[in-house]
Amino acid sequence: MTTHTGSALTGLLDTDAIRKDFPVLQRVLHDGKPLVYLDNAATSQKPRQVLEALTAYYERHNANVHRGVHVLAEEATALYEGARDKVAAFINAPSRDEVIFTKNASESLNLVANMLGWADEPYRVDADAEIVITEMEHHSNIVPWQLLSQRTGAKLKWFGLTDEGRLDLSNIDELITEKTKVVSFTLVSNLLGTVNPVETIVRKAQSVGALVLIDASQAAPHMVLDVQALEADFVAFTGHKMLAPTGIGVLWGRQELLEDLPPFLGGGEMIETVTMGSSTYAPAPHKFEAGTPPIAQAVGLGAAVDYLSNIGMDKIAAHEHAITEYAVERLLEIPDLRIIGPRTAVDRGAAISFTLGDIHPHDVGQVLDEQGIAVRVGHHCARPVCLRYGIPATTRASFYLYSTPAEVDALIAGLHHVRNFFG
Amino acid sequence: MKLDSMYQEIILDHYRNPHGKGLRDGDAEVHHVNPTCGDEITLRVRLDGSVVADVSYESQGCSISQASASVLNDLVVGKTVGEGQVIQEAFLELMQSKGQGEGDEEVLEDAVAFAGVSKYPARVKCALLSWMAWKDATAKALAEQPAIND
Repeated sequence: MTTHTGSALTGLLDTDAIRKDFPVLQRVLHDGKPLVYLDNAATSQKPRQVLEALTAYYERHNANVHRGVHVLAEEATALYEGARDKVAAFINAPSRDEVIFTKNASESLNLVANMLGWADEPYRVDADAEIVITEMEHHSNIVPWQLLSQRTGAKLKWFGLTDEGRLDLSNIDELITEKTKVVSFTLVSNLLGTVNPVETIVRKAQSVGALVLIDASQAAPHMVLDVQALEADFVAFTGHKMLAPTGIGVLWGRQELLEDLPPFLGGGEMIETVTMGSSTYAPAPHKFEAGTPPIAQAVGLGAAVDYLSNIGMDKIAAHEHAITEYAVERLLEIPDLRIIGPRTAVDRGAAISFTLGDIHPHDVGQVLDEQGIAVRVGHHCARPVCLRYGIPATTRASFYLYSTPAEVDALIAGLHHVRNFFG
Repeated sequence: MKLDSMYQEIILDHYRNPHGKGLRDGDAEVHHVNPTCGDEITLRVRLDGSVVADVSYESQGCSISQASASVLNDLVVGKTVGEGQVIQEAFLELMQSKGQGEGDEEVLEDAVAFAGVSKYPARVKCALLSWMAWKDATAKALAEQPAIND
């Protein structure tokens, strides 16, 4: 028997206190099994502080934002724009006007792809241009570029993956060339858990004058995100994976780009003046926020950012690193278990995908569910990764600031039960 | 335990030893996928007049989808297309019963073991994958058949 070190991990947060803030984590399922929620890469749970911010907004301040002269409209506007200030500070944006609220990361990524398709030179993606992505992208950072490529004739290229689940950078000079207009890649893979080498890719892209878009959906919830340190041109992420409600996402972009690039959606709020012949546009961020925005959801994101900041993103990252290291070690004890992605906790996030012998992930997930353990099964919207590693699907356990070593132990016990059940 | 109502021993038996698996000659072939979980099946139907002479398939997927294809093979091979369609419709109805149906054992035989699956909305599509593929392939095979009976 291996000695289990779950209780002796260092760098853990006070999860007893944190878990009291998350009502859903108190749930008991299936005749007395406490919920073990390990599906955080899909969406996070919400603390009482976020739920209360939503309720307070609707009970006391609800109004449409901007231009209202009544009290509620002013309060709603202050709360909505206050959330923008909080997000700007959270990602160390040089200016609050660089923070665009969208409905999710997919919309943020699509927004950039569309802007570049409609842009004037030097940004315009046309038939002579090349777009570079990676094989480990979520479908939301693949399909918008396929669409752009099909509509403009631009060539779509991508980094492949190594057997260890890292980006294969060996052909970076052939991939990123003078023709490259944009390089878009994920900071942390939602399936493999890999943390990518941002600096190497950004330096190369800068050397050829290409724009860089980083999908930080799996990074913003889990680590310090400093858009200035990343040196990218655009950074996209979503709120619901970082304790906020669904329906709110963020696109950060460098101010001069947001000024130069054309709008995507037209409508109310994004204009300066409108005549029947033509319109002029409001400055960013409003230029990119047509229509009534997700106001309550933005307020909820502001509350989520406060919650995360009060704990400290560096401490959250350390907690998850310790949990991930422990989980990788314990998972590798299980016979027939193959981790799809790095088999260490170095440069890896807290999402761990694996296969278990010939047992289909759907069956793994079902038997775990019966024990109260929530994991995700399937291709995790990253089907090319499954194809790369020759598997139909994986089971994925993903951790967050409220995850505990005891939950890792429950997962391990659950997987042994799965093996016995189908053995 | 609730789980045992889905993973009946008879289902696990079919999963471990699937009947009729492998691709053989057929009059029509279809490929169906379940995009939510990545289950896939390539299925061929061979007709001999109005009789289902063979249902052969290659598939990957969970125990429910694999066992369901095996049971399908048992139930429809050797029957007429019309009889097969009655079974297929009975199975579909059972799967859509949200845990309320028991299934007519006279018609469905081993397939009544899937009654418990109908309680799990995420798994109903797994159970139906091969049956929908069979329905589709049979329609194709019939369309290509010379109208000798008319």
